[in-house]
Amino acid sequence: MPTVSVKRDLLFHALGRTYTDEEFDELCFEFGLELDEITSEKDIISREQGDTKAEGASDVILYKIDVPANRYDLLCLEGLVRGLQVFKQKMEAPRYRRVSPASSEPQRLVITEETTAVRPHAVAAVLRNITFTQERYDSFIELQEKLHQNVCRKRTLVAIGTHDLDTISGPFTYTAKPPGDIRFKPLNQAKEYTAQELMSLYKTDSHLRHYLHIIEDEAVYPVIYDSNGIVLSMPPIINGDHSKISLNTKNVFIECTATDLTKAKIVLDMMVTMFCEYCEEPFTVEEAEVVYPDGRTCQYPELAYRKETLSADFINRKVGISESTEHIAQLLTKMCLRSEVMSDGEQIEVEIPPTRSDVIHACDIMEDAAMAYGFNNIPRTTPRTYTIANQLPLNKLSELLRQDLAAAGFTEALTFALCSQEDIADKLLKNISETRACRISNPKTAEFQVARTTLLSGLLKTVAANRKMPLPLRLFEISDVVLKDESKDVGARNNRRLCAVYYNKSPGFEVIHGLMDRVMQLLEIKPGQGNGYHIQAADGCVSPVTICGEMDGLKDHRGMKRECRGVED
Amino acid sequence: CIPVLSTYPILKTLLQRVEKVDGGLDSQDVATSLGVDHQAIVGAVKSLQALGDVISAEQRSSKHWELTGEGCEIAEQGSHEARVVSSIPEEGMPQSQLMKLAFGKVGFSKAMSNKWIRLDKGHEGGPRIFKTVERLEDLVRDKLLLVQKGQASQLEEKEKNELKKRKLLSEVTVKSYWITKGSCFSTTITKQETELTPEMIASGSWKEKKFKPYNFEAMGVALDCGHLHPLMKVRTQFRQIFLEMGFTEMPTNNFIESSFWNFDSLFQPQQHPARDQHDTFFLSDPAQAHEFPQDYLERVRKVHSEGGFGSQGYKYDWKIEEAQKNILRTHTTAVSARMLYKLAQQEKFTPVKYFSIDRVFRNETLDATHLAEFHQIEGVVADFGLTLGDLMGILHQFFNKLGITKLRFKPAYNPYTEPSMEVFSYHEGLKKWVEVGNSGMFRPEMLLPMGLPEGVTVIAWGLSLERPTMIKYGINNIRELVGHKVNLQMVYDSPVCRLDS
Repeated sequence: MPTVSVKRDLLFHALGRTYTDEEFDELCFEFGLELDEITSEKDIISREQGDTKAEGASDVILYKIDVPANRYDLLCLEGLVRGLQVFKQKMEAPRYRRVSPASSEPQRLVITEETTAVRPHAVAAVLRNITFTQERYDSFIELQEKLHQNVCRKRTLVAIGTHDLDTISGPFTYTAKPPGDIRFKPLNQAKEYTAQELMSLYKTDSHLRHYLHIIEDEAVYPVIYDSNGIVLSMPPIINGDHSKISLNTKNVFIECTATDLTKAKIVLDMMVTMFCEYCEEPFTVEEAEVVYPDGRTCQYPELAYRKETLSADFINRKVGISESTEHIAQLLTKMCLRSEVMSDGEQIEVEIPPTRSDVIHACDIMEDAAMAYGFNNIPRTTPRTYTIANQLPLNKLSELLRQDLAAAGFTEALTFALCSQEDIADKLLKNISETRACRISNPKTAEFQVARTTLLSGLLKTVAANRKMPLPLRLFEISDVVLKDESKDVGARNNRRLCAVYYNKSPGFEVIHGLMDRVMQLLEIKPGQGNGYHIQAADGCVSPVTICGEMDGLKDHRGMKRECRGVED
Repeated sequence: CIPVLSTYPILKTLLQRVEKVDGGLDSQDVATSLGVDHQAIVGAVKSLQALGDVISAEQRSSKHWELTGEGCEIAEQGSHEARVVSSIPEEGMPQSQLMKLAFGKVGFSKAMSNKWIRLDKGHEGGPRIFKTVERLEDLVRDKLLLVQKGQASQLEEKEKNELKKRKLLSEVTVKSYWITKGSCFSTTITKQETELTPEMIASGSWKEKKFKPYNFEAMGVALDCGHLHPLMKVRTQFRQIFLEMGFTEMPTNNFIESSFWNFDSLFQPQQHPARDQHDTFFLSDPAQAHEFPQDYLERVRKVHSEGGFGSQGYKYDWKIEEAQKNILRTHTTAVSARMLYKLAQQEKFTPVKYFSIDRVFRNETLDATHLAEFHQIEGVVADFGLTLGDLMGILHQFFNKLGITKLRFKPAYNPYTEPSMEVFSYHEGLKKWVEVGNSGMFRPEMLLPMGLPEGVTVIAWGLSLERPTMIKYGINNIRELVGHKVNLQMVYDSPVCRLDS
């Protein structure tokens, strides 16, 4: 869940009132947000780097607010305030409009064929006559970062570039070139670098190094030029220094390059809807034209308003309430989904604004109605669904056996299903190839290399970790191991096992033998050859035990002289 | 301490003495006056205490003077100097002969300074000693005798210190008991039996016997028993609750799952961060799953990439290669998806209630409360016309059985449920609302491609088994609960699990 950090006083000023921390927490809860932390820059620095570093830092109070992962429209102060004000019916949701430039042709971004191989999509828009303040500017930069981390999937899907339009001149060209052929002065650097040089320069950059892998191995890198050959950006890594925006920037050119066009459109819509409020004509966005390699042209931002029609009955039935059509329309309007009752008095026409890309189905609208109604105001009812419960036979047997094994004086262990290859092979004098073990491709440590093929290693590790306990130790576990199995759709299956270990200064084979007899008795299996069970010695192991054809070898644990013996069935 | 027969006379005497005095007695004094070792009296006191409230004894300590070994010898035979005088005949004795006596050296110098003897150095045949007094008063011996009789108080401090310097006296701290009558005081005592024997019952002698009361202060004998693991005890209770509520157990014994069933079938897009290498364990062997229900797979592809079933879809290029990737399942909801698909294949839909409690795996950063594997508890209900209110009602009943009565719900986001609700309960100890689970209605984009009828709603909720167990058993570090580093003593000592109390 992304966390948005906003200055408390700024937030309250924008909301037109103050709240106590508790009141604001409550409001967040209702709206599906979470007031995660109340802090200040000073607090954060002093926690992370010590008090001395924090000296002089701002002690303005910050609210850190957790936002649901699909609500990109709440990732900045502007969006949060708009959402909450509409929710509290203090204002109506603004209507975002795409406009053509007053006296000229729209800005054009021409995509060339070369981008297809590396990052084929681009969209663009212009914020005309915008007024930045320090706070607005900071929020503008911060929103780009939040979008990059979330919907843009760390810039892999989409990368945003924002430019001072008055420093560059269109039409712009989005192309891709060999890294050696790209040369420009990147943001906040003093000199020009080639793309190759930049990649090595940023290898050590704590922020940018995480994005290098996206294009590093490509033959060509994406790059955007203006009509004079000035580099706007080399997405998804860095913008040019030439076109960087500042507090004095009046006209902003925004481009989003992408591997996923749907996401690019969403991101562009978010950037412009959140900040067009500060344009001379609020809530308008100047269009830009994107020309595709095949000659097609598209106008962006889309700022598409979609209409859905659904019935009040649908919402009432799904939520479990019985509200009038009018009231439900009001509830939805509170959630920025402007709704009107249609002439039949039953259907509602809901308008989904460009800011609500999370609404993709009627069920999303239904949820918003339920949220506006208040989840905790919904009557709690009992479904009449009549069913008979059944236990899974395998689990039923496991539960019964557990009880009886404890009654036999053995203590239940609970060990991990994942372990190292060594645990199930070398340490048990087995070759890994004969274990039928499933391997994990991306373990962070050796503890998670394979899924266990035996319970014994976990029990022996439990013994080893509890050597200070009085002897004897009698342990058992009933749980699943995982074995490769071609006949299954995933190529593997679980196998339920019982394993027990007796650990003492004297061998006590008769104890574990006795437990095995008891288990067989509980399972109504008689001793004897044929249909019954019997024990026979096996080769190659220190003290092997074979039961009913299943075999598990054993060895002294980690060179200790005491005997450990186990059976597994 | 069972009174043994030989101590009986002492017990009796002690009781008689206590009976006679008004206030109480000091055990030391009793020992002195009876001429027995103090330890014998202490033993008697303890025996009497064990019989109940016959006497009451309060421990006290006092200082007192005692003769050293040498002091005892002097009290018996006289001081060294007196013995020197008495061993010298009228005609005197050669000094060398006197020095051979055991008391000679010390006695000689003391007797000299007392002027009881004189030394004739010039005597022919060597230095010779003569006594100068006929009768003498052996004050040292007299003083020691006083101390021995327990009358040290008659001596002055200076005298006692003098004798102490000569290592004839020492000051010792004495622990003693101040003995008074108890509420059940009696001078007669009966021997107490500790155990009822078959012989006593057979002979009827038990009727006359008195039995020693049990010592309820001590712990009983530690039994040699087996134990169930606390997490599994809690698991059993949750299982029981689901069964009581009519939920059928799902077959979750498949840790390895395809991305298709774990994510795609749940309408979780292929670029979702949960499908990242950082969050999920992928398999290198067996790396891929095969055999998917082809027409269903096609409907899943379509709803992701193009939409349908009333949905806009995610509009991205859905790839079969991503769906085929084998993983360790990240939630048991993968099994729920398989079960719901199976349900949809029935000729006629029947309502179901399903549950499971089993292991899930996350390639996460580990800390005191997070492991790479944990147990997920999941409940699912599928029926026509279920409402969000029904989900909240069922959750209310479920948590009620856990002893949690105050619940509230927070809107949340989850890719495969809409609406999604986080479940909060009021924690009386922390005085705040804490998250106890997650819940929601499965999205139509998940259910309709499976082939479930349009009007069927599926509500579901989940929580971890470890968290309530850690709270229940007061465990702060998850490694002490799960895995081989478990503290077996904790397993041995853990109480039964009643979640509702």
